Amino acid sequence: MMSKTRCLRSTRAALRSLPSTSPVTPLAVAARSRSLATVADPPVRRYGGLKDQDRIFTNLFCRHDHGIKGAMARGDWHKTKDILLKGDSWIIQTVKDSGLRGRGGAGFPSGLKWSFTCRPGTRARWGFGLTDAVNKPGWEKDPRPRYLVVNADEGEPGTCKDREIMRGDPHKLVEGCLVAGRSMNATAAYIYIRGEFYQEASHVQQAIDEAYKAGFIGKNACGSGYDFDVYVHRGAGAYICGEETALIESIEGKQGKPRLKPPFPADVGLFGCPSTVANVETVAVAPTIARRGGAWFAGFGRERNSGTKVFCVSGHVNNPCVVEEEMSIPLQELIEKHCGGIRGGWQNLKGIIPGGCSVPVIPRSDCETALMDYDSLKDHNTSLGTGAVIVMDNTTDMISAIARFSKFYKHESCGQCTPCREGTTWMMNMMDRMVAGRAQEREIDMLLELTKQVEGHTICALGDAAAWPIQGLMRHFRPEVEARIAEYHAKHGQVLFGGKLLSDADTRYALPDNLGGDATRSIASPAA
Amino acid sequence: MSAVRSVLAPLRRSALAGRRTFTSSSSRRSESLFVHRDTDYNNPSERDCREPTDPVQIPFEFDAENLKRANEIISRYPPQYKKAAVMPVLDLGQRQNKGWTSISVMNAVAKLLEMPPMRVYEVASFYTMYNREPVAPNFLQLCTTSPCQLGGCGSTKILETIENHLGIHAGQSTKDGKFTLIEVECLGACSNAPMMQVGDEYYEDLTPETTIKILNALAKGEKPQPGPQSGRKTSENSAGLTTLTSKPYGPGEFCLPEFQ
Repeated sequence: MMSKTRCLRSTRAALRSLPSTSPVTPLAVAARSRSLATVADPPVRRYGGLKDQDRIFTNLFCRHDHGIKGAMARGDWHKTKDILLKGDSWIIQTVKDSGLRGRGGAGFPSGLKWSFTCRPGTRARWGFGLTDAVNKPGWEKDPRPRYLVVNADEGEPGTCKDREIMRGDPHKLVEGCLVAGRSMNATAAYIYIRGEFYQEASHVQQAIDEAYKAGFIGKNACGSGYDFDVYVHRGAGAYICGEETALIESIEGKQGKPRLKPPFPADVGLFGCPSTVANVETVAVAPTIARRGGAWFAGFGRERNSGTKVFCVSGHVNNPCVVEEEMSIPLQELIEKHCGGIRGGWQNLKGIIPGGCSVPVIPRSDCETALMDYDSLKDHNTSLGTGAVIVMDNTTDMISAIARFSKFYKHESCGQCTPCREGTTWMMNMMDRMVAGRAQEREIDMLLELTKQVEGHTICALGDAAAWPIQGLMRHFRPEVEARIAEYHAKHGQVLFGGKLLSDADTRYALPDNLGGDATRSIASPAA
Repeated sequence: MSAVRSVLAPLRRSALAGRRTFTSSSSRRSESLFVHRDTDYNNPSERDCREPTDPVQIPFEFDAENLKRANEIISRYPPQYKKAAVMPVLDLGQRQNKGWTSISVMNAVAKLLEMPPMRVYEVASFYTMYNREPVAPNFLQLCTTSPCQLGGCGSTKILETIENHLGIHAGQSTKDGKFTLIEVECLGACSNAPMMQVGDEYYEDLTPETTIKILNALAKGEKPQPGPQSGRKTSENSAGLTTLTSKPYGPGEFCLPEFQ
């Protein structure tokens, strides 16, 4: 037994010492030399360190011409006709092979999603393996037009990637609309750009005008015999319009209030027609994937998290920036390599919100092991979201930062569902009191219960998004909240539920026992 | 009908005089007013029972150029969905009406798009970019959401700077009518925090000094250079590029053989 183990160890050691350039053959040899079933160490692969030649958005920083001349010099509109002539199923298969997942936050497999428009009824099953079996033939007989809607309503605090794409590479987006539109046999694309993005909207409009003039879109797009129009629709300042059905309502000229699903947009979407809503980045990478092959894109990142991704880093880093990197890059490496590290060094880090304001915060210990992809961040009880990394160092008042998010959600709730409309206001009020410490310890749990009451009880995910940051705060920084409360109690005396001081209570009357006046203190005061 | 009404109106008025009507609005708890009240600067052009004491009417008509633009916008949507154009057309109206959407603008949009005025009011009151109160020509919108609060020197400092420099609080206009300041939620330029929007332009990477410089230039009627004020071009690493340092690849490079 001893010798066996030693033998195994030496094989492993030999494996490690082998050059990593040829990992396949030695492994196979090692496997053959073993007599019993043993687990071989897979070759360790480091993610990150994307080369410039593999970056899709080559004009992310607007260093070059964003017009059609510059775009064509960078490889846009190159043999687009050939891509279109390959047909819808080829494009969808390529996107499926590439493993591209939606870049807007939910991370739904894009190839699958794009196939829904031609196959009504499949989306409702929400099943990954079932969809092909539920394929409904005869979509061609549906006389309605089909629409591709591009979600450029970038409003998630922390996110500023689509902005750079639209400013620097608008032709990639327009060409992406054509390619993605072809894959779902759409007749037109609407690009919904948030109203504040004036420069971005003008660059995209310029790109559309140039593409029409060059015959790339419009009637007989690129000479492929396929007609396709692209329009810009500017929003007017509502975060909720980033939700796909709210966005559809907004384009239809109504208040941006999400619709109940089903029917899903793939069945009844924009103007009552089958539609697919996709994020700017998802759509804009499609032509490059088609030209360079699904396998190329799938080669980056871990399995099921493949590809490249534009990350935007903000907050307490030395050089905040937007950068396109490989998926699954370690969070720490992303910050150290591209953003000049945390202010005051890594040890000064308090917490990071890795995916925009609606995902929970993670403390430093998690940041050291987290990889920037869907699955790894899910294992850390948070989410990749839009890839918007908000960094907070030790000077940050974490409670105040999260309370600001609660105010944001209170402002942006559309007011349609009661749990969200009332819940966000409650959460904001309670969080504001927590910032001062004017609360009782039990109210922390009441607040958490409140977030659970909102979460999952609304039409869209805004209610969930409002709940998660608070849950993340309490999961990792609860002692800080408790200390703040204890400090306030030590200074001002006991606080009743709802923030009223016990000393302010009218002593002429008996205090109702549901105000927490008789609650015993369960945590130590800061002096102790 | 209107004749009868105009006869009855004085009677109704005298009967109600001195009594608090149940329609009078309560204190404003929301950020913006959701009920329209006629004022001397904001009242509709068409009313069926106008009293001599009523404030003057302020009508609004799209000018020829904007009408052309509006028709171009309407043509982007299916003909039976003319009302889909309501947001861009409201924006046009707001631009023509000195940056704010009066009730007459909404009525003009409703007429142009053949939709009930109420549907336009709904849209105009839902979206934050339609200002239903007049704003100054320099409309400062400072982002104070968390990323801006944290990044750079922090938006709290910028807010203090602007408030002290102009002598107003967020939500107010200066007495000379040159500046209006409001706090807004995330404007989507988080890597360039803190930032503010003036009109359509973004001013990013602000510090108290650059903010005052911008305010002074605006007060003189100049237009300062938009974008990051720190010297970088967009949102790249300010200490030097870490990516995209080489010449971008050209058409067909690294592509599959059939697309080369």
